[in-house]
Amino acid sequence: MNLLRAWATGIPAYLWSGWGAVASLMMLLALWDWGSQLYGDLVLPSPLATFDTLAGLLAEGGAWQELAVTARRALAGFALSLAVGSVLGLLAGLSMTASMMSRPIVTVLVGMPPIAWLVLALLWFGAGDATPVFTVFIACFPIIFVGALQGTRTLDDQLKDVARAYRLPARMTLTDVYLPHVLSYLFPAWIAALGMSWKIVVMAELLSTPDGVGAALAVSRAHLDTAASMAWIAAVVGLLLAVEYLVLEPVKREVESWREVQ
Amino acid sequence: MMLELSQLSHRFALTEVLAGINLTLPAGESVALVGPSGCGKTTMLNLIAGLDRPSEGRIENRYAATAYVFQQPRLLPWKTALDNIALGLKARRVGRQEWEARAAALGRRLGLTGADLDKFPHALSGGMQSRVALARALALEPDLLLLDEPFSALDVGLKAELYALLLAEVMARGTSVLMITHDLMEAVRLSDRILMMAPAPGRIVGEFRLERAQAERDEAWIYHSTAAFMRTPEVRAGFGLPPPPHPSPAGGGGQGGGLPPAAASSRGPEKKAEMSCGAH
Repeated sequence: MNLLRAWATGIPAYLWSGWGAVASLMMLLALWDWGSQLYGDLVLPSPLATFDTLAGLLAEGGAWQELAVTARRALAGFALSLAVGSVLGLLAGLSMTASMMSRPIVTVLVGMPPIAWLVLALLWFGAGDATPVFTVFIACFPIIFVGALQGTRTLDDQLKDVARAYRLPARMTLTDVYLPHVLSYLFPAWIAALGMSWKIVVMAELLSTPDGVGAALAVSRAHLDTAASMAWIAAVVGLLLAVEYLVLEPVKREVESWREVQ
Repeated sequence: MMLELSQLSHRFALTEVLAGINLTLPAGESVALVGPSGCGKTTMLNLIAGLDRPSEGRIENRYAATAYVFQQPRLLPWKTALDNIALGLKARRVGRQEWEARAAALGRRLGLTGADLDKFPHALSGGMQSRVALARALALEPDLLLLDEPFSALDVGLKAELYALLLAEVMARGTSVLMITHDLMEAVRLSDRILMMAPAPGRIVGEFRLERAQAERDEAWIYHSTAAFMRTPEVRAGFGLPPPPHPSPAGGGGQGGGLPPAAASSRGPEKKAEMSCGAH
């Protein structure tokens, strides 16, 4: 509850601090517009044309649905890997043997290209929700797992001794000693995984499903409709930025307010 | 209530760090452990606090509440000073209102302001962090207090102030204290009994009782006793000092009261000059 209130009251000041980010995004738009003037609308539609098309797509109503489908899949896969990866990583970190055993496996998982998982998922699950959700899950899992593992392994032994000398019950040791430290490793991992989940879900949809933003991108590509392709890309990136900067970042700031450097 | 160690030995892999330690600490007594670095003093405290199991021997701790003040403050960086003080109380499932009140009252008694109590440890000075660490231990209202040179990183004035605060609490509650210190004068000032330890393997080689009540110990007496303590063969051998150059001048040093024997003892010829200065 406290967290929610802090989040809500912190938003205006936080947004105000975002002018620097806005300025740099504007530079990017200017560059984009310059490229479009250089190469023409067919190769690179101007930002204005892109956002026009996006507004049109959204006004028609169908776009919201596609975005919702994509968001559902991305967030489902992300939530799954967040839950499984955080818990397993924490548990593995508590035991020296488990963390040594899991390292090589995680390295293999990280090294495996997502497209390979996608092919396997297509064979296993066919063209349904399960394929993109699984691909997102398996691509995000190792990132989060490693974050939780490292967070647990790096907790200061001296603080563990404090927990024992002051007879902290197991639950309190977890919530008051382990979790705050592990969270500082987990949050960056979560944010990286979230970005990953949006990229993977669009790729998976492009190849495997009849609906969602990825499928819409496949259609617009088939029609050589560059403006619509750019519009979909802008929509996905916009959603990702919104989730990351409006939800995860402020929560992170609040949770880590004890840190010296923000 | 008492603490009893019998034939306590401890090994880290093949290194024997403690061997054949026997110690009884009855209620209300203060015992100081002195000895060179690496002679197993901290290991002994860790064993008593239950942070490690002894390889051999028995530890019987019949005190109801034991609190440990570590060498470094070791505060949880993500908790405010107040929450850190209340750590042990929360572990005992004391209600929120009660732990807040008790931790705040204790913090104020140890010289922390309301604003300090709301700060995170990184925003507090070293002295303030030590106060919080001490308050965290005292919040448990311990019968046995284990102190591992908790104030060694602080300046002389702060150290004296914190020891005074500590003594007031200990006296008021009749707490037993087992303290490690490198400062012999501190040991003489604060303890009823001094145990001299020697390394490889860590063992107790000497025991010295200080009969005078703590309230009656004036500076002159402390200097005098420390000087006498420094001259005992156990202490000289334990710290690897050469045998005492002058076996007898116990009376002269004590009267002036201004001569720190620790400074004088290592310099043979000059010592005489300073001593005679003090006597004038």
